[in-house]
Amino acid sequence: MSGPEATPGWMPASRGQGLEGPAAPLRAELFRYLLRLADTSLVLGQRLGEWVGHAPALEEDLAFGNLALDCIGQARLLLTYAGEVEGRGRDEDALAFLRDAPEFANVSLAEQPNGDFGRTIVRQWLIDSWQLEVQAALQRSTDTRLAAIASKALKETRYHARFSSGWLVRLGDGTEESRRRVQAALDELWRFTTELFSPDDIDERLAAAGVAPALAELRPHWSGEVDRVLEQATLTRPDTPAYRWHGKQGIHTEHLGHLLAQMQHLQRTYPGAKW
Amino acid sequence: MNALSRPANHGAQSDRDVWEALARLPDPEIPVLSIIDLGIVRFVRRSPEGELHVGITPTYSGCPATDLIRRTVRDALDALGREDAVIEEVLAPAWTSDWITAEGRRKLREFGIAAPPAGSTGPRGVVSEVHECPRCGSARTQRVSEFGSTPCKAHYRCLACLEPFDQFKCL
Repeated sequence: MSGPEATPGWMPASRGQGLEGPAAPLRAELFRYLLRLADTSLVLGQRLGEWVGHAPALEEDLAFGNLALDCIGQARLLLTYAGEVEGRGRDEDALAFLRDAPEFANVSLAEQPNGDFGRTIVRQWLIDSWQLEVQAALQRSTDTRLAAIASKALKETRYHARFSSGWLVRLGDGTEESRRRVQAALDELWRFTTELFSPDDIDERLAAAGVAPALAELRPHWSGEVDRVLEQATLTRPDTPAYRWHGKQGIHTEHLGHLLAQMQHLQRTYPGAKW
Repeated sequence: MNALSRPANHGAQSDRDVWEALARLPDPEIPVLSIIDLGIVRFVRRSPEGELHVGITPTYSGCPATDLIRRTVRDALDALGREDAVIEEVLAPAWTSDWITAEGRRKLREFGIAAPPAGSTGPRGVVSEVHECPRCGSARTQRVSEFGSTPCKAHYRCLACLEPFDQFKCL
């Protein structure tokens, strides 16, 4: 990340619009909500970056690098906005590099380790399918700044979903080995999808103000799309009992701490370092 | 050109040098294109108080060229003596490859990059995906990789002349 603020006369999109919109009385909730979206993109981007130099083929190496770049770009826009909403002078870098795991609000699915190529594809596809629903709905947010970021992100996510669902079908409807691996990954990661559509107080208050979508209402369409791709991929939708994770509330699996240790190492060791 | 708002009368004469200066700024990743060709510059206009505002939009959220473009625009404005001009980040409507000018498409093809066909995107995403080989013009082409050397490009090959080529993604 770098400091656009250093450019004289630079006016980010949010300035001038102020925060007088419908979300103004919900400033604290909006801040938390933006972190949920931003951290999910940031953590997923960091995970995807771990593949660079290790992917099974050059094309996939390029793909993961590109997906990561989009995710981190979306995170930057959201973190910058979150910092302004919070109003305590924290910029995108401070929020990305100087918060500890309990302050991260990403969904737990995003922080799950890459595993093999198939597992990374399953995780990506599950998040892509969810983000497609959320970002499409956020285009109509009463918060114009958030709506603009979502509209931009949605175009990129469509590309991501085409990639991940394409690979899911190839692997699922592929060899016995590829099919066994992606089905196993799906069986393991499926339990994290409950969190994607489980609203808490923050989600509900923002939904009532028209800032965020009502999560439960997004589920039927997502579910239909997921079934459609799974059928093409000849995979079986897991029948895992509902389990509610709490990544959005800052309660994470043990994997996030390790990821942050690596991601934040430089800024923690040399605070304020720039290059 | 599409949604660009060039000032019709007010300030048009005095700000023409700004457009001309911006048209000389190359895109850092594809230097044959200017940032005007790419549709990155959304407006050059005056605020009611007479302050000069230049609106620029990123192509992709994470495009690393965005920061550099912002700095080159700043330098160009400063060189014109417009140190007090404001560079405004524009996010909505989101950039689309349909904003690449006809001139930009021609330059891309000459550079060996398949240009996105005009009107290839719609509100629900990409609507046309036929890409002609920039070398021989054949439409018998095949996607090798969804992603290429920069966020804005995919990798293709021509089945007629067998050459690989970059395709500027439709977004």
